[in-house]
Amino acid sequence: MTTDLKLVPRLALRAQGIGARLGGIQVLHALDLQIEAGRWTCIVGPNGAGKSTLLKVLAGLIEHTGVVHLQGQPLAAWPARQRAQRLAWLGQSEGAGDDLTVWDVALLGRLPHQAWLSKPSEQDYAAVEQALRQTQAWDWRERSLGQLSGGERQRVLLARALSVQAPVLLMDEPLVNLDPPHQADWLQIVRTLVAQGTTVVSVLHEISMALHADTLVVMAQGRICHQGLCSDPQSHRALEHVFDGRLAVHAVQGQWVALPRN
Amino acid sequence: MKQWLRQRPLALAAGLVLLSLGLLALGACVGSSGLQSLREVWLDEVSRQIVWDIRLPRSAGAWAAGALLGLAGAVAQGLFRNPLADPYLLGSAAGASLGVCLALTLLGAAPVAAPWLLQLGTTGAAFGGATVAVLLTLALARGVQQTLRLLLAGVVVGVVLGAASSLVLLVQPQLMQAMQGFMLGSTAFVGWDACALMLGSWGLCMVSAWGLSPVLDGLSLGESTARSLGLPVAPMRIALVLVLALATGTAVAHTGLIAFVGLAAPHLVRATVRAGHARMVLLSSLMGGILLLGADLLARSLLAPQELPVGVLTAVLGGGYLLWLMHRQNPVAVGAKP
Repeated sequence: MTTDLKLVPRLALRAQGIGARLGGIQVLHALDLQIEAGRWTCIVGPNGAGKSTLLKVLAGLIEHTGVVHLQGQPLAAWPARQRAQRLAWLGQSEGAGDDLTVWDVALLGRLPHQAWLSKPSEQDYAAVEQALRQTQAWDWRERSLGQLSGGERQRVLLARALSVQAPVLLMDEPLVNLDPPHQADWLQIVRTLVAQGTTVVSVLHEISMALHADTLVVMAQGRICHQGLCSDPQSHRALEHVFDGRLAVHAVQGQWVALPRN
Repeated sequence: MKQWLRQRPLALAAGLVLLSLGLLALGACVGSSGLQSLREVWLDEVSRQIVWDIRLPRSAGAWAAGALLGLAGAVAQGLFRNPLADPYLLGSAAGASLGVCLALTLLGAAPVAAPWLLQLGTTGAAFGGATVAVLLTLALARGVQQTLRLLLAGVVVGVVLGAASSLVLLVQPQLMQAMQGFMLGSTAFVGWDACALMLGSWGLCMVSAWGLSPVLDGLSLGESTARSLGLPVAPMRIALVLVLALATGTAVAHTGLIAFVGLAAPHLVRATVRAGHARMVLLSSLMGGILLLGADLLARSLLAPQELPVGVLTAVLGGGYLLWLMHRQNPVAVGAKP
């Protein structure tokens, strides 16, 4: 019996029959998706494929048809705070927040763990410090968000999402504005999280970065065209197909990279 | 470890409270009969009346109205995520003006010469007008969940009701001067009853805003982020709009359209400290109280025994100070990007 359970992959997220409309236009079409727990899944596809919308649906942030299960229970059935403890979300920067200090921003990630208006605990402070150090934002903790560059800001927002310490972490284009060394740092952070059992789902435009993930979900026109391992040649073909053959996946020094094809 | 973040807002709050008390004391001294009334306050009935029934309630009322506007300004700027948002954004100013305009037309007299009944009438009319305008804005915006629609609806309501007021004034030109007084704002008619009402409303709004501050903090990173943190954004936004409307309506009803306090107070605080919204709302409120009380003192004393309209002074003082800050400091201090 125990062995049987082990054979069945644990699902962090399961989406069934997902449809979503944005501004009157059908963006997602009856889509099914299963995200295994403790793995890094990357959603890729051309502009307008519905990647960010799908991520928002998985986070329960927009209205949709169909059902999303988080850890086996429908999203809507989770009380808001408990859901927020289990599922952290990093969106494309939509807010200003210029007046908040870096420390305050990262501390917001601890809100799901605190009673309303209660003082943060030592555990909260420790989580925030750890997250800020992980993204190398600790040194500017007293500065306000408005005083940071785009890349620095992105690292603070990432720290905010990390400080939730949720078992499921969804990130929408987390590499925006990050320079190559900090992209590499991000990769390291994700790998560490996954090694600790966290489920990571990210939408990425940097295909070569996406090819470092465990699983690739390839989307086009509001549908999932392919879901498979990143090392699987079929995933590479699907990727080349949705980008109209304008890129090609190669193996370079033991890594998969996507290069433009003329 | 957290000391470096907490000390500055606390120090500023303490400083603002002390300054408020100092200005209140000064408020008891300033007036056409000068310090003489204060010296004779225990001896002479008239002096007692001057200090106790005129100067003190007026000063306390100016502080309370300023505090309400400062609070409303901080809430509006947090709620609309816009550093240019001010308490009158939901059309309450235009609504209050129209209310007063109609009340004056119906009662057919100027407020300066009016008995207390009429005074109560215009106060009630201003509050009623402000409430109706906010409700109209909410109805046009079909709720409070879309802030852009709310802003636009507020602008539309402001313009339309403003036009209605102008139309009434065109038909009743004799009301022009009384209306001008209301538009410029005045703290001259505030008594203890009005003080109690404003302070009560301030207490209620402050406790509510304090309780709702995590939502404002979360919203400053965007609606989706706030919701992903498990914050009940929708009901709390309704509560925040109610706080905004109550604070603004109460202040406008008693002191008219005081310019600039609600916009400037949060910026003046931001120029000194960076704080989350819980502290920000409290500090802005204290700052607003000081700004209006200080302006009221100047209005009484600059051309004594004549009085300047306090709204003119708040605009000049608040605006001037803000401009000076903009030039002196890093542009971040006034909410701009570097």
